Amino acid sequence: MWRSLLLALALLPGLAAPAVAQSAGASPEAIAKHIADVASADSAVQEGAAVALGKTGDRKILPLLEALREGSVYVRSLPGGKKDTVIVGDKVSEGDKTLVPLFTPYGREPIAGPDGKPLLVDLSTLEEVSSGRSLRIAIRPLIDAFSGQTDLVNQDPAARRAAATKMAYTGDAATLKLLQDALPKETDRWVRFALEEGVALIRLRVGDPAERVIAAETLGRLRSANAMEPLYQIAGDPQAPPALAAAAQVAVKRIERWGLFTQAIEIAFQGLSLSSILLLMALGLAIVFGLMGVINMAHGELMALGAYATFLMQGWFATYFPGSFDYYFLVALPFSFLVSASAGFLLERGVIRFLYGRPLETLLLTWGVSLMIQQGLRLWFGAANVDVTSPRWLSGGIPVMIGVQLPYNRLFIIGLATVSVGAMYLLLFRTDWGLRIRAVTQNRGMAACLGVRARWVDAGTFALGAGLAGLAGGAITQIGNVGPELGQNYIVDSFMVVVTGGVGKLAGSILAAIGIGGLNKIIEPGMGAVFGKVLILVLVILFIQRRPSGLFATKGRYAES
Amino acid sequence: MRSLERWGLLAGALAVVVVLPTLNALPPGSPLRVSDFTLNLFGKFLAYAILALGIDLIWGYTGVLSLGHGVFFGLGAYAMGMHLMLEIGTRSVYGNVLPDFMVWNQVTELPLFWKPFYSAPFTLLAVFVVPALFAYVFGYLTFRSRIRGVYFSIITQALALSMWLLFNRNAMNLGGTNGLSGFKSVFGFTLNSAATQRGLYIVTALCLCGAFLLCRWITRSPAGRVLIAIRDSENRVLFSGYSPAAFKVFVFVVSAVLAGVAGALYVPQVGIITPAKIGVLPSIEMIIWVAVGGRGTLLGPVVGALGVNWLQSLLTTHYPDLWLLVLGGMFVAVVLFFPDGAVGTVQKLIARMGPGAGVPEAGHPEEGRRAEEAKPPAEVPPIQAR
Repeated sequence: MWRSLLLALALLPGLAAPAVAQSAGASPEAIAKHIADVASADSAVQEGAAVALGKTGDRKILPLLEALREGSVYVRSLPGGKKDTVIVGDKVSEGDKTLVPLFTPYGREPIAGPDGKPLLVDLSTLEEVSSGRSLRIAIRPLIDAFSGQTDLVNQDPAARRAAATKMAYTGDAATLKLLQDALPKETDRWVRFALEEGVALIRLRVGDPAERVIAAETLGRLRSANAMEPLYQIAGDPQAPPALAAAAQVAVKRIERWGLFTQAIEIAFQGLSLSSILLLMALGLAIVFGLMGVINMAHGELMALGAYATFLMQGWFATYFPGSFDYYFLVALPFSFLVSASAGFLLERGVIRFLYGRPLETLLLTWGVSLMIQQGLRLWFGAANVDVTSPRWLSGGIPVMIGVQLPYNRLFIIGLATVSVGAMYLLLFRTDWGLRIRAVTQNRGMAACLGVRARWVDAGTFALGAGLAGLAGGAITQIGNVGPELGQNYIVDSFMVVVTGGVGKLAGSILAAIGIGGLNKIIEPGMGAVFGKVLILVLVILFIQRRPSGLFATKGRYAES
Repeated sequence: MRSLERWGLLAGALAVVVVLPTLNALPPGSPLRVSDFTLNLFGKFLAYAILALGIDLIWGYTGVLSLGHGVFFGLGAYAMGMHLMLEIGTRSVYGNVLPDFMVWNQVTELPLFWKPFYSAPFTLLAVFVVPALFAYVFGYLTFRSRIRGVYFSIITQALALSMWLLFNRNAMNLGGTNGLSGFKSVFGFTLNSAATQRGLYIVTALCLCGAFLLCRWITRSPAGRVLIAIRDSENRVLFSGYSPAAFKVFVFVVSAVLAGVAGALYVPQVGIITPAKIGVLPSIEMIIWVAVGGRGTLLGPVVGALGVNWLQSLLTTHYPDLWLLVLGGMFVAVVLFFPDGAVGTVQKLIARMGPGAGVPEAGHPEEGRRAEEAKPPAEVPPIQAR
């Protein structure tokens, strides 16, 4: 970050070159006159002078414009009745007087007193230059053009893109030239897009009739969502030239169609990331259920524990290692896994093992435990949601299409779920421990006879499932709220995944998680989250009519109990 | 011994139905007087006890754990609440014939499904029929496809969650999050008079006695034997030629109706019904009443509903933060240490003191299964060397 800033600074002189060339038109005398006029009591004169100053494109004028907007421009009376416009700096109190340092309006250089030190004068001896609302509004695009000029050559493409988009909104003919100049030099695809969009947007606003028609067509071709509003206005404006109105209408249609398409992609993507969370939750639940026949109602609270563990780790990093704060999340994920896994291990060894073969009692007991954990979290951390900051490398996203950006945090969660499922697969089907888990799942008594310590397999598997929930909790901090009720919000959905997917089946869980997570997000925009939930329940019940033991039932003939 | 039990129950019923209201009717200042507040609170608990009896019927006797009984309670309560709401008429805050929340939500005409609730007989019918129909459809779909055990519990919990979400919506025209409240009268009797409240209490107590007798009749009938058999080994019942699904649907409907009646009695006594009574947490709290009192006995749920709710009202007034911890602790403790609940434990103690003294009505639900697991299966032929 700092490096890119430095680089931008180093590039400044080169950037200022066109500006200097422009300002050659404005003589120092003219600038001095404008500066004097800015202090005028007549707001029309004042505005005219400010705009004229901005038009010079001289970078040394920028501080004055900014000061005008902030209201820190004053006039001081020099001995001999002469008036001088100055910028004042930060106030210093000395006794009952308020002293301010003075700066020159051109270039903002400190004004030295007779003793050579920076001059401090009493604020009450100065006369404030009023800057009204209309003046501030007139100045804004000028300042934007200046800062945009800097940002357009920033090393970070995101900054360049943001600058181009910002300039497109407020820019005029001068900005247009800046954008056009930047276009051929630009290599990044998305910045080029923003520049083209900006050029067309400004042309649509200020160009001559032929240019405006072309601009409208260009915007339609670019499928620019930013242009929707102005185009819509033109299309509905009876006074607009017919050719322009027609072009705008075509463009609006095109952009609208594209908008639907991008929305669909976004929904699919959000559904996928919700599915990933559900999958992480359901995986642990399903394996434990398959192995021990136990439904763990406290699974959601184990997830909440993981989320709070991430919150704690964030706090520790902020206190002890503020320098490497961005990497707290990498430590927090394994930490939340460990916290939840240990809690799960204690739960299994402490109480659940006494209830083997009594699934309904276990369900009630774990519900009791979940209530206690929930209330414990509430008493410890407070009932309000806690704030988890995303590390910087997870904010932002990859633009993949016009108007579609895949956020890093959701990508990360999808990746995390994929890796976890892969690891679970390897563990279950490629290791000795996995072999034991599968053996106990199939026939507990026989496995025990052959020397598998079934009770320890139970405890280990339970801890593993709990750890996965903790991982889900750590991941959820990046896309959702963290509060004591966190677990309750996801637990019912993850049960639905287990019921639909079948017990202890990896493939079933994955399919069901994707199905239910996706459906949630597909139904939500049309019917609202509530009807979505109800509809999913109905669908699951109907589905179970057809396949009572889930998507992938164990084949064979045996009756339970 | 049977007759002793019968006399005990009769004495308890008399105390609840006759003695308490009489004590309440004593002139103020009398040392034995039961205050209006206490009587009202007790009336609410008795309504809960009716609900608990229903849950005991399906969980304690049939072994089916439903985590969605709050829904049936809510259906009965909302049916009654809608009638009371319409009875307010123009005495409401806005003075409109429409309920206040509709005026607030800019509903100009009474929704069609509200109109029949002007009629008191229809309302009383709805209190029974709506939960019964809902339970029949839901039970038929789930039991037919042999969803059992924890699967059924999870599905019913999802039901509670989604119904809670639905009732919270303003678009449902059922008052949204704030529910139905502000009632003035019930079937013409002013609600804020002590006499009406006493009457409501007596009606509730009588309904509880009726529910108790109904459950007693069901559990002692041959059908009740089948229910217990389903609990202990559903497959054997199935293989013996019975249809467990039909029995389960029947008992689910009965217990839903009991829950609906409880809801209808609850509303005029408490004066408000909100979706908060429907959701996941209240539904599972109902289970703990039965568990603490003792499932598989008929006295247990009544004792549990009264005891746990009394503890809750005590704790939430003095230590509001502690209640959830205590509730969670109760789940753990009952499951681990007192699987028979209070009544079951006492019955066992009596049985241990003298042979033949006090016959446990049904025994512990898991007893049969555990005994079965403990002994080696007899039908396995001994291993022979060939």
